[in-house]
Amino acid sequence: MKGAPGKPPADGSKLPLPADRERQTAWTPAGPRAPAEQGITLGKGNVAQAGLYARAAPGIITARTEELFAWARKGSLWPLQFGLACCAIEMISTYMAHHDFDRLGVVTWPSPRQSDVMIVAGTVVKKMAEPIKLLYEQMPEPKWVIAMGSCASNGGPYYRSYSVVMGVDHIIPVDVYVPGCPPRPEALIDGILRLQEKIQEDAKQRGGAAAGPAPNALPPARPQAGTSRRA
Amino acid sequence: MTQALSPLKAEVSASLDEVTASVERDRLVDACRLLRDDSRLDFDLLRCLTVVDYNDHFQVVYHLFSLSKRHKLVLKTRTAGAGKPTVPSVVSVWRTADWYEREGRDLFGVMFDGHPKMEPLLLWEGFEGFPGRKSFPFHEYKEY
Repeated sequence: MKGAPGKPPADGSKLPLPADRERQTAWTPAGPRAPAEQGITLGKGNVAQAGLYARAAPGIITARTEELFAWARKGSLWPLQFGLACCAIEMISTYMAHHDFDRLGVVTWPSPRQSDVMIVAGTVVKKMAEPIKLLYEQMPEPKWVIAMGSCASNGGPYYRSYSVVMGVDHIIPVDVYVPGCPPRPEALIDGILRLQEKIQEDAKQRGGAAAGPAPNALPPARPQAGTSRRA
Repeated sequence: MTQALSPLKAEVSASLDEVTASVERDRLVDACRLLRDDSRLDFDLLRCLTVVDYNDHFQVVYHLFSLSKRHKLVLKTRTAGAGKPTVPSVVSVWRTADWYEREGRDLFGVMFDGHPKMEPLLLWEGFEGFPGRKSFPFHEYKEY
């Protein structure tokens, strides 16, 4: 071996490759190869596809965009940063290092404009109802709501109190209810996992609808004159 | 302390580790100023202001504390009538009375004469009734 490692030799010859590396980079004509030759171990989940895709572009995954986007969205749910009562303390400790919400892609965000989820953590008083509604409307689609704790779910210990809204679902639609007073961080994490399931499942449902109309579905309405957006 | 309190013309009693003084409504602000400025009393902190509903009248209770002397006092006064209960405001003596008095007006409907900015603090504009009063209907829930 000539010269210092990492530098090309002075006489212009190529650096010698290790023996196994040379074998990996060697060109082989296209065509079915034995799994062992492709570096694939059979019986471990990564079974080689014999189709055209696998041969022309190995390592490519195909998916419907609807489900692909849902998969991406559920992996980075940003909740709007606000807390209303004692449930907020449990929510904060879920974000902290011990429970580490960040490992699920859940990062608290101080603006509704970039948020995906609203975690309603605490008692919704009637005075706070309007601001909550406004914040929800400021969030961009797609958006989801988690009602955390008894108060946000149905009023809880403040049932029929003169100043409390009996559940945040009276003002905005709720996707996941997390029971508890207050729920432990594990319960909130479970709520997020349920929401992830729901996002993926909804995308699957919508994708199925897009693939073809149901047998008894009505034909799509044709746009009438004057109702077009570009009229 | 009794000697220092004598100009108040107040009923002074002591029970359960608390010295309690009851004063007339008209003399309230003067009494508060004396309690704050007298060097023997020096009550520079209003710890709490509450209203008690006795059905025929309301009682306003002031919990005072002296940070330098480390002693405390409970000052009580009655409101005028149950129809439109009124007491003079003590915001000119202790600034912290501002929010306490707004809360008292919110929950009990006690008017504090001379308050600089009497607006709802806890409840919202347009709320009907006074939830702190015993006559407030707690079993009638209005859906939001």
